[in-house]
Amino acid sequence: MHLILFIVFAGLCLAGAVNLLLQSHPISSALSLIVVMVSLAVLYLLLGAEFLAAAQVIVYAGAIMVLFTFVVMLLNAGREERTRGSYAARLVGFPAVAVILGIIATVILKAQGLGSAGLRDDITSTQELSAVLFTKLLLPFEVTSVLILIAILGAVALARHGDGEGTPGK
Amino acid sequence: MNPVPDIYRILPEVILTLTGVLVMVVDASLPAPWPRRSLGWVAAIGTTLALWASLGQLALPVGTAFSATVETSPFTVFFHVLICGIVLVAILLALDTLPAKSHHQGEYYALVVFGAVGMCLLTSAVELLLVFIALEISSIATYVLAGYRKDTGRGPEAAIKYFLLGSFATAFLLYGIALIFGATGTTQVYEIARAIPTAQNHSLVLAALALMLVGILFKVSAAPFHVWTPDVYEGAPSPVVALLSTAPKAAAFALLLRVVYEVFPTLRSLWSPLLWGVAVLSMTVGNLAALRQQNVKRMLAYSSIAHAGYLLAAFAGLGSSGIAAASFYIAAYAAMNVGIFAVVTLVSGYEDELPLIQDFRGLIYRSPLLGALLIFFLASLVGIPFTGGFFGKFYSFTAAVGGGAVWLAIIGLLNSGLAAAYYLHLAFAAAQRPVESDGGAPVLTPQVGVAVGAALLFAVAATLVLGIVPGEVLHAAEAGAHTLQAPPAAAVEPGVMLTSQPNP
Repeated sequence: MHLILFIVFAGLCLAGAVNLLLQSHPISSALSLIVVMVSLAVLYLLLGAEFLAAAQVIVYAGAIMVLFTFVVMLLNAGREERTRGSYAARLVGFPAVAVILGIIATVILKAQGLGSAGLRDDITSTQELSAVLFTKLLLPFEVTSVLILIAILGAVALARHGDGEGTPGK
Repeated sequence: MNPVPDIYRILPEVILTLTGVLVMVVDASLPAPWPRRSLGWVAAIGTTLALWASLGQLALPVGTAFSATVETSPFTVFFHVLICGIVLVAILLALDTLPAKSHHQGEYYALVVFGAVGMCLLTSAVELLLVFIALEISSIATYVLAGYRKDTGRGPEAAIKYFLLGSFATAFLLYGIALIFGATGTTQVYEIARAIPTAQNHSLVLAALALMLVGILFKVSAAPFHVWTPDVYEGAPSPVVALLSTAPKAAAFALLLRVVYEVFPTLRSLWSPLLWGVAVLSMTVGNLAALRQQNVKRMLAYSSIAHAGYLLAAFAGLGSSGIAAASFYIAAYAAMNVGIFAVVTLVSGYEDELPLIQDFRGLIYRSPLLGALLIFFLASLVGIPFTGGFFGKFYSFTAAVGGGAVWLAIIGLLNSGLAAAYYLHLAFAAAQRPVESDGGAPVLTPQVGVAVGAALLFAVAATLVLGIVPGEVLHAAEAGAHTLQAPPAAAVEPGVMLTSQPNP
């Protein structure tokens, strides 16, 4: 049962990723990215990482992708234009990707000390995850708040009109 | 075991964060027409306090805190002081050179200070997750600052280029961290170092090393990953470039030192030739490209690539001599580069009205002070004795020779000669008599205000001290190098810390 689920969703994930690259309309690409995200979430679930799966669906498939499609529709982006440059990039890019994937795959397949993870093993429960997050990794967790703050600050500074006359942007 | 409260180990970062928040709050509460200049002074005072706090950390015993995620040692203090010093100069510089009507000044100072939090944390982090977050903080701050001139086409272009390529490089680093976690099962620097010799999957470790090096070498703009540098430096406002070309690089070099000497010391035979090649390539590419530049900021951008090459030469040095030489070079490079960009800011203006080398012609007659300073900093960049640049290069190449890389030192010396050509070109332009018959627009004489005067004084003093009495700083760098070299002593602590660490 688990194996069937794995094969189905791994295949779906790969198909979505390939489709993402082949589509020329931004909306189609964004929608196939959602397929990738959701099938990844199912794979996480099969590995017993239910929190990660939930976070994947809520954050990526939910929030981020909605924003993505929203922006694409708002800007009314047209079809991708094929230029000579993109043709050259395709000619060089696809073999390069294949080579890099091949290298990484051989490294991982040949690696000795990697334990094999069985499907449905409970590897990380939410409890363990939060225990690590709030004790051992407390400082990185807290520092992330500075990271988010600075991103907001940067977005305001770059996006808002401020011409020194105190006129609000919108 | 460890009586030092954890908060003392991150005190400079805490002070900087609070300063940033204070700047934001005050900025929001001031009525709109009020000048924002006072916020710069708040930021400057906060940075000075953080600098003092870092010096105070010298009194703490070497050790880690927060479950072995941050460390304080002479090494981290050295870089904390350096980064806080650079940021202080950059804030002082911005105080006088940001146009009074420019937008979002409060955010500018807050971003600089928050960026400093990331850079400081980057030098003291001994947990790769924290390294990643700290790097992102410092990067995002600089991405935004690079695009601060929104009204010209160049600013946003620089910011977007920097952002896209920078994110790409960070992804490499992150991939490397993921692989090293896969190979060793941990992201703590000392635990990784202990696990690597026994790690069965050697190829995974090698891939991790390669990916992490790509990520870090991008941040220091070493040769094959340097393409972004000239465009970003040209498009970003000059006071930002003064910061951009020094502080994040110092932090990234500290990270590089930590990664190669503490995480992968056993793979020295691998990364050493790799860095050798990168060093030679950086020097040569940087200098050859700089020769052909007409724009001062682009020329200095290529020169900073070449300087990254000289610095990487120190990595060929054996053990702590290499680390000490590299640390010293970073300090010398930071002092002179901040100084020269301060001068360029004053001469060219915030909006880069006079960007070309020929615009600098006759500078010494228009403003004797600025002309003399420009020539002084150029002399330091060339590496003329009695300036910081001389001893930086001297120690770096001595370390390289000591480590057996004689050819690297020779190539470095040849490159220094080549570099003198374009530095002197600019220096001669500044010393030449101005052409009178132009009849064009009258060239404005740059004004030197109090804050920027202090910044220049600070940079000059640092360059001179490093060039005349380098002993003190070299001693500090060596002390730092020794703590970086001794992982076993510090590595005992994490296990103990875990038990005695309920909450901070």
